[in-house]
Amino acid sequence: MDYTRPKADAVIVGLGWAGSLMAEELTRAGLNVVAIERGPWETTSVNFPPAIAADELRYGVRREILKPPSVETLTFRNDSSQTALPGRDWNSWQMGYSVGGAGKHWAANAWRFSVADFQMATRVRERYSNMKLADGLIVQDWGITYDELEPHYDRFEKIAGISGKAGVINGQVQAGGNPFEGSRRNEFPTPPLVRSHWNDIFHDTTEKMGYHPFPIPAGTIGGAFRNPLGIELAPCTYCGFCGFYGCGNFSKSSPNICVIPALTQRSNFTLLTECTVLRINKSKDEKTVTGVTFLDSDGNIGYQPADIVCVSAYQLDNVRLLFLSQIGRPYDPTTGEGTLGRAYNYQTMSYGFLYFENEYMNPFISTGALSTQIDDFNGDNFDHTGLGFLGGAGIQALSDQGTPLGMTDRLPAGTTQWGSAWKKAFAHSYQNYAKIQGQGTSYSHRGSYLSLDPTYKDANGQALLRMTFDYNENDRKMSSFVRGKIDDICKQTGAKSWETVSFPDKHNSPFRPYDSSHTIGGAVMGLDPATSVLNRYQQHWDAHNLFVLGASSYPNNGGYNPTGTLSALTLWTAKAIIDNYVKSPGSLMR
Amino acid sequence: MRRRVVLKAGLVLMSTATAAAIMRPVGAAARVLRGGAGKWIARETPPPVPVDPSKRIFFTPQEENLVKAIFDQLIPADDLSVSASDAGCVVFIDHQLAGSYGKASSRFKGGPFQEGTPEQGDQSKLTPADIYKIGLAEMNDHCRKMSGKAFEELPAPQQVEYLEAMEAGKFTYKTIKSSELFTQFLTNVQEGFLSDPVYGGNRNMVGWRMIGFPGARYDYRDVAELKGQRLEIEPVSISDRI
Repeated sequence: MDYTRPKADAVIVGLGWAGSLMAEELTRAGLNVVAIERGPWETTSVNFPPAIAADELRYGVRREILKPPSVETLTFRNDSSQTALPGRDWNSWQMGYSVGGAGKHWAANAWRFSVADFQMATRVRERYSNMKLADGLIVQDWGITYDELEPHYDRFEKIAGISGKAGVINGQVQAGGNPFEGSRRNEFPTPPLVRSHWNDIFHDTTEKMGYHPFPIPAGTIGGAFRNPLGIELAPCTYCGFCGFYGCGNFSKSSPNICVIPALTQRSNFTLLTECTVLRINKSKDEKTVTGVTFLDSDGNIGYQPADIVCVSAYQLDNVRLLFLSQIGRPYDPTTGEGTLGRAYNYQTMSYGFLYFENEYMNPFISTGALSTQIDDFNGDNFDHTGLGFLGGAGIQALSDQGTPLGMTDRLPAGTTQWGSAWKKAFAHSYQNYAKIQGQGTSYSHRGSYLSLDPTYKDANGQALLRMTFDYNENDRKMSSFVRGKIDDICKQTGAKSWETVSFPDKHNSPFRPYDSSHTIGGAVMGLDPATSVLNRYQQHWDAHNLFVLGASSYPNNGGYNPTGTLSALTLWTAKAIIDNYVKSPGSLMR
Repeated sequence: MRRRVVLKAGLVLMSTATAAAIMRPVGAAARVLRGGAGKWIARETPPPVPVDPSKRIFFTPQEENLVKAIFDQLIPADDLSVSASDAGCVVFIDHQLAGSYGKASSRFKGGPFQEGTPEQGDQSKLTPADIYKIGLAEMNDHCRKMSGKAFEELPAPQQVEYLEAMEAGKFTYKTIKSSELFTQFLTNVQEGFLSDPVYGGNRNMVGWRMIGFPGARYDYRDVAELKGQRLEIEPVSISDRI
């Protein structure tokens, strides 16, 4: 049975970080908001208390908290000459499947991007005017600056109770923080956690090498904290069941504990759960959108009209929903024209896997973000003159692996994987293994893009998204450089043996262990409708009452996890909607 | 007059949020959550049902013997622990294969099926349950043809040699690649040895004790400052029934 719901002031598609932050802002401003979420409502006490959450097989391996490929996957190929095939099994794409979205199972690395990340085209013009960029590389500004976003980063950090140590406050460098970060108005709301033994070794090693180690900003909350919405958050317990898990302690920042408790109190907020949005509806003149059509859990089709539509699903689903709704002009890789699906980018990873001899790393004392980093080789924090590439990586000692099933193959090269020899080696390695992660920037390329798959469909008969992606020349040069820096650090740590890896040395594959879940771009923001889907307010160029929120807006990825930035961008967009759009609907570019 | 009242009432309902529940089909209203209208009730996440080690629900007795022989070479009894089968790993995989894991319920099963590049991942139609049923039979046939004996009848050194050749992909089975079958066994025996005992393996938390993993302790604030030293924390399971 088809039905139409009462019209809302705003409908929000997907209630993760972006959706819940937008809902909080709009309902507080008095708007009547309806959010639509594909999965069910979940709470700490019912769905992931310690007695249920501390289960590596269920969540770490069988990944029960994620959206399974059986519900929806995407197809993948390295280049457009290949036939894309569906990712059938669990892989690097890690979408949420309940209220809170990926903000519930994330590893809680809560970064700001660097000043340069937002304006790399300008930076290249000003600093590297003679640099020859890799052929086909897409480098363009976001249309927003770090300084414009700073108050919104600050607000997000307070709502989420982020732990960390400031590196620069009001232009003044602070001891113990990241001296390369953009200037902040405030210290972090909660202090950094106690470093792991491995963090300590890395900290001492890199400091001696003249680098600048600091604790990374994390949604593993550093102490009891009452957030600006009046919600009490708790200190992290280093439980070791973090990324891929819901937190049983109210101590990992999530929409479920940081934002939604406020929404449950507001009578101008309604949440439709277990409803899948199928398309955004367009007005007859196609200059605005009128609402969204969804499939509910009884198999009925509902229509939710609204004056404002905010799409805040996962990056991949944001792009797919625009395609399915036929809003915007699809990118054509042969002509380079069209914007939807263009500028898909990713995260370029390098690693050092180290094996010590007589340590007690006690890896079970762990969080998804228990990490000490150097930013000396991230973004544009170092001079790229003569290097032939853009970007870099945050290089970090990450103590996020403590549960045993993910560590059975963490053995020095040449060790057998079974039998008594394996048992002995594994018992030793469990306490002696350590990891350095180089989380690298990514710039898109003309040949990497998202589109609809012509063959494969989801259970509702709608086309799957198709990803065409491989590493480009810039990625290869950048990560080779980063791997060299990781190797230099490995040599100084006292490890007995190590191996270093630069992921762009092989073709990209969603099935490669230790690769990133950070799929980025495809519906990017900018100042020019010829090269961006959204304007600088994440407002669609072709439909002024449609806003698209998430990492789909990033024309390039920083050497950081994306969540902090998409949250701040959401608050920036919310402010523009409340202060300007509601009073005078139309393009905000005026 | 009567008709007008109904119409008027209908219009009032239409303009309020409660109308949504009324207009929605039966049963769906519970999944609409309204702010300011009391506690939101979450859908239950059931805890795992502890595996009953006395029950075999997937393997035939012959299959079980073969799996036991394979697993006990992959994780043999020695001074570090009991064997895989004594740790419950065969019970573990028997129950896993009968459940959603065996059926690959999370996998995307839409067609068409075709071979892709290595980067595109497994495109096979076979579920883990299929891989065991077909793979065990093909391995058994192959081993008998090659050596004249069932794998479980071979002396230990020959079992090890056989598995090494499987791992290296040196055998050709009819349907399944020998190296892939080996990887399937190795993955599952390690899962049984190191996952929570509630699933039937890791009996007495033997796998966790071998490496010093404290299991579901969930709170290390007391010891986070005690760096680089042996902590000797007694492990706990999410279930106290095994």
